[in-house]
Amino acid sequence: MRLSYPTNIKIIKVPCTGRVDILFILKAFENGADGVCLIGCLEGECRFLTGNIRAKKRVEYIKSLLEETGIGAERVAMYNISAADGRRFAEIAREMTEKIKALGPNPAKKQVE
Amino acid sequence: MIVANRKPFEEIMEMLKPYKKILLLGCNECVTVCSVGGAKEVAVLASEIRLSRLKNRIPVEIKEHTLERQCDPEYALSISSFVNDYEIIISMACGCGVQTIAETYREKYVVPAVNTTFMGSSEEHGVWREKCQGCGNCILDKTLGICPVTRCAKSILNGPCGGSQGGSCEINKDTPCAWQLIIDRLKQMNMMEKYLEIQPVKDWSTSRDGGPRTRIREDLRI
Repeated sequence: MRLSYPTNIKIIKVPCTGRVDILFILKAFENGADGVCLIGCLEGECRFLTGNIRAKKRVEYIKSLLEETGIGAERVAMYNISAADGRRFAEIAREMTEKIKALGPNPAKKQVE
Repeated sequence: MIVANRKPFEEIMEMLKPYKKILLLGCNECVTVCSVGGAKEVAVLASEIRLSRLKNRIPVEIKEHTLERQCDPEYALSISSFVNDYEIIISMACGCGVQTIAETYREKYVVPAVNTTFMGSSEEHGVWREKCQGCGNCILDKTLGICPVTRCAKSILNGPCGGSQGGSCEINKDTPCAWQLIIDRLKQMNMMEKYLEIQPVKDWSTSRDGGPRTRIREDLRI
């Protein structure tokens, strides 16, 4: 397919989006990530039945935490796509990068001395 | 178990405002089970505080620590070796835990991170409901395991009242009428004769009305 997507994205592999803990995302922001995007399987097609549904609920909760800390809820997002849909993945990667670029850097990013 | 709710983040940050070295203390008992103040919630709150401070460029050092039980002086003493390294202790335990820590470390400012709410049980994952008020004189034998003191909005002992409609309480249709539940259960158990016993006026002196309560077992004292 020779698809390209922005190079500033770091991909972290997990067995299922259901494995993604609230702390994983908070730590990502503490370590300077500008945005976090969870990409799970399509709803109803989770290998572990409800992993992606649980991740969706967790993302909603994390949004409330990011909002109260002043980092901003819009810096985290969840998408559901098929593992075979590379085209859509590249599209989401571009979409998310543009959205985060428009928001600017993570306000909690440690400043270089 | 004792059920609590985390205080709003803004309120927590206001309490911590003047401090840079913070000891964030969790509890492995009730507040862990109701997912508000265990090791996991300590880690989440610590991360939130750090993020907020990073954003506002105010330095902070947080020590995350969770005690087996905060409401017990023996466990409270286990942090004595490092408690003085911190300017403030913020406790994620119930009010009993906060007070035990404050009594143990009298020179320390101890603040609560949660609002202790009620004594309840888990109905399902993520749902807790108030079940007991600790009135000091249990009548669950007469009401077949359903407490009208707690679960009836009026705490009436000879119910239901006129506000019981279609099995719900008049205060909120999502609150079941405790007396409807009791009658249903009495019928199911074929024990309706218990319903005919008129309950006398309750002596509330065993409850909070009698002032703070103390229980002493002399044989256990050292």
